[in-house]
Amino acid sequence: MSATAIEPTSHAHDAHAHHHTSTGLDSRKIAIWAFIGSECMLFVSLISTYLIYKGRSRVGPYPHEVWTDPATGHTFKAILNIPVTSFSTFVLLMSSLAMVLAHNAVVNRHVKRTTFMERLEGNSFFWLIATAILGTMFLMCQAYEFTSFVHEGLGLTTNLFSSSFFVLTGFHGAHVTAGVLWLVTLASIDKKRGLELKDALTVDMCALYWHFVDVVWIAIFVLLYLIK
Amino acid sequence: MAEGHEAGGHDDAHAHHPTAKTYLWTALFLTIVTIIEISAYYIKPWSESAIYIPSMLIMSAVKFGVVCAVYMHLKYDNKLFRNLFVGPLAIAIVTLTGLMFLFGKVAIQLSSSQ
Repeated sequence: MSATAIEPTSHAHDAHAHHHTSTGLDSRKIAIWAFIGSECMLFVSLISTYLIYKGRSRVGPYPHEVWTDPATGHTFKAILNIPVTSFSTFVLLMSSLAMVLAHNAVVNRHVKRTTFMERLEGNSFFWLIATAILGTMFLMCQAYEFTSFVHEGLGLTTNLFSSSFFVLTGFHGAHVTAGVLWLVTLASIDKKRGLELKDALTVDMCALYWHFVDVVWIAIFVLLYLIK
Repeated sequence: MAEGHEAGGHDDAHAHHPTAKTYLWTALFLTIVTIIEISAYYIKPWSESAIYIPSMLIMSAVKFGVVCAVYMHLKYDNKLFRNLFVGPLAIAIVTLTGLMFLFGKVAIQLSSSQ
């Protein structure tokens, strides 16, 4: 709490002056929110598909119930691995914290920091890399889950559950992958020349996208994994 | 934690965004709610009760709202951003609810069985 704010830089206003629109808002930020709004519709349509097909698969394996194949007599256990997914959910939540701290570090560049904790808080590169690493960990958990499903006999076309599940979580994973690439790009820019206050909106756009990916997972985790 | 307010660099330069401390408390809250959700899945009396699904949906909605309000700054930013997000989300949720009724996933019992 000992750090003090020195005078805010005014060049950021100058740098963004040419972006002002009739709404008084930056068009890039309006664009990212419009994009996120459209993404809401995409993910809700995929979630709707999953929910409509839920419980209508004629053959297993099933997400929460044991199933015995009448042809072979082989018994398949419930396919969803809640402990692994709980861990990956926690990882994604922590990545959102790291992302918001990265944004906070960039917008508070003008704050003078003295202690180690304060310098860590103001280190945007550290938080961007931490977010990218946590995002990659989430993707590794998803890759492990998909691989184990296929090994247990649940492929993309096995039943209605598997098709809707893989498409929904696969789309989400693709979004996380895009977010990780965006984060790595920002981190490399930060390493090369340092992200300044004028770059705050660029980081903010990446942060909004990342938090959106997180809130989508919050819904998916409950609707797909926890509700039987 | 260093204190500081956001100055410049944004179109909404005068918006007062939370401090790192607020973000940490928010993360703690989200973690606790997630732990409750996962615990509920394993607590049989809860997971087999009638309140299980509503309670999970409410907790999920609370987490969703907190991330949007605090991490995505919807609580602090211009209302246009909120409308750009909430508008499509509301349309999507209404469509989802309609589809659930249409495909018999949700039903309203209008009269008691005789």
